[in-house]
Amino acid sequence: MFVGFFYTLREKGIPVTPTSFLKLQKALHMGLIHTLDDFYTSARAILIKSERYFDTYDKVFAQEFKGIAFTEPAASELSDLARSMLQEWLKNPADLARALGMDEKELAKYSPEELLKYFLDRLKDQDGEHHGGSKWIGTGGTSPVGHSGYHPGGMRVGGVSRNKSAIKVAMERRYQDYAQDGPLTESQIGEALKRLRRMAPTGPKDVVNIDKTVYQTMRNAGEVEIIFDRRLTDRLKVILLIDNGGWSMEPYINVVQTLFNYARSQFKDLKIYFFHNTIYDQVWSDPQRLRQQELIDDFIRRDQETRLIFVGDASMAPYELVHPQGAIYIDQRQAMPSINRLKFLAQTFRHAVWLNPQAENTWRFTQTIAAIGDIFPMFELTLDGLEKAVTHLMSRN
Amino acid sequence: MVQKDKVCRFEGADRYILDEELAQIVNVSIAMEMPLLLKGEPGTGKTMLAHAIAGSLQMPLIILNVKSSMKLLEALYQYDTLTRLNDSRFGDSKREVSNIEEYIKMGKIGQAFAADTRTVLLIDEIDKADTDFQDDMLDVLDQMQFDIMEIDKTVRTKHRPVIIITSNAKKDLSDPFLGRCNFHHIAFPEPDMMRRIIGVHFPGLNDELVGACITAFYRLRELRGIEKKPATRELINWIRAIKTDPDFKVKNLVLGNMPYLGVLFKKSGDLAIVSQQASRFRL
Repeated sequence: MFVGFFYTLREKGIPVTPTSFLKLQKALHMGLIHTLDDFYTSARAILIKSERYFDTYDKVFAQEFKGIAFTEPAASELSDLARSMLQEWLKNPADLARALGMDEKELAKYSPEELLKYFLDRLKDQDGEHHGGSKWIGTGGTSPVGHSGYHPGGMRVGGVSRNKSAIKVAMERRYQDYAQDGPLTESQIGEALKRLRRMAPTGPKDVVNIDKTVYQTMRNAGEVEIIFDRRLTDRLKVILLIDNGGWSMEPYINVVQTLFNYARSQFKDLKIYFFHNTIYDQVWSDPQRLRQQELIDDFIRRDQETRLIFVGDASMAPYELVHPQGAIYIDQRQAMPSINRLKFLAQTFRHAVWLNPQAENTWRFTQTIAAIGDIFPMFELTLDGLEKAVTHLMSRN
Repeated sequence: MVQKDKVCRFEGADRYILDEELAQIVNVSIAMEMPLLLKGEPGTGKTMLAHAIAGSLQMPLIILNVKSSMKLLEALYQYDTLTRLNDSRFGDSKREVSNIEEYIKMGKIGQAFAADTRTVLLIDEIDKADTDFQDDMLDVLDQMQFDIMEIDKTVRTKHRPVIIITSNAKKDLSDPFLGRCNFHHIAFPEPDMMRRIIGVHFPGLNDELVGACITAFYRLRELRGIEKKPATRELINWIRAIKTDPDFKVKNLVLGNMPYLGVLFKKSGDLAIVSQQASRFRL
């Protein structure tokens, strides 16, 4: 059951596994799901494993089940049904009059055809206002409408109102905020960068190693010998280089700011430098790029295990990157093209990435992005991209 | 095995407002004997749910607070070598040193497995541990048994516990892990829901005050540049603080004079932003 639904979910890019689909079947089989409401929530709990996909799920659900829930029995089917009911009723006009809520004398004025039409109209009304609807046809115990009303192809009176609400819930798209394309927040960045640490024993030996102590004591035939270890601390060094110049980075200030704030509060050994578009002879540690400059040549003295993270859109005129006199500031013109500087950095630091706040699918429109992407592995400045970047930074080779 | 005849239906508890959706998910998970993974902003009542389930189904609650350095073995059992060493060296206890079983201590998962009744096992903040821990743990939970290597004994569950797992992470857990759980994301409650939540915590509280507090609360959450938004827990504490203040008048709150903002905002930067802007509020 619902195989189509399953494949539509997959088509829309939600990773739904066959196992979980079988689990859903099991839940259906166990009789845990009675209404479309139940189905909506249970299927979501079982199939969808991240709130990022809830929004897509809602969309698919609304689309998939809208048709079914609102399908009315074909008009001919309905009138057949009604006709047979009417035959039954006409045997007892008093009941019919009471069921339709009109006087028996008034009823007598209608021809059977008119009566049928009137009845069908009523039925449609009832379908619209489901509260009354379920009551009216539901009082099946006393009136014949109720009994034959639940014809297999007939009105699912009780069902309709609930069905509507599950779809209504889905149509509300309450989870839009959590969709994958939502904004990047500091805590998300924190999650992504959490693995960026390198624990190494440092400092005095002041932590008791119980396993070794027990082992050593037993070797000493019970003479207690306590073994101490150095404690583990994060020894990761990070250099963050941020492109903060010009208009091209303007739209990304917020996201870069967030990354910057997180990095400053989390990494023990962090250096932050700024540049404009690309790197020439020096970078600056003050955002105005005026006073404290640092020569790129001096970077060779840094620990080679330092993680180098560039943040920039890598978009500029090609000559800025490859021409020896490419710098757009006159006082920075030196005789080495920027691209050589970047290559130098890439050779010095094995672990380096470039984070680009531009969407990945627009990269191919800018020449310099490709050129820089050849030197440094480039990742999108999004959750997924950050995670990939961290994996790259922490890989051994 | 599980008692099938005992119908476990969870319908909320005294201090916990349950929405229908979540109730259905909890019941499906209990019936299918699958762990339920809950995500959501801090303070949306993920942990409280486990307490509420335990309370309403009258099962004992066992809480495993996950720590970043935690090994799976710790959660299952611990072989207390240190005590054994001490006993063998100084011999001042009644324990039988040669019997290793006396030095095996059950961890939280072990306790839940070995318990004589069905329990609710809450595994809190699983995202703190590394992925290996998470995957290995799910294996154990899936098979419902683990071995104690030192004494070559297998611990099997007598009653499959109701397992609730919470995670604060925005990041997804690993795929094999997710494959074995049901999942729900608890959204931040809407103002209507919040009113009911406040209702159960402070029965009989003045409607006007509740309304004003909730409006103020949601307005404050909306402020830009706030790092940690206040959650339900903070709101409850805030109302508690306001209640104890005899000089407090709802009128002042409506005029934007908000007391005890420190209860709502715990970061100094946030508090500075809020105190600056709150004075301009008029509800």
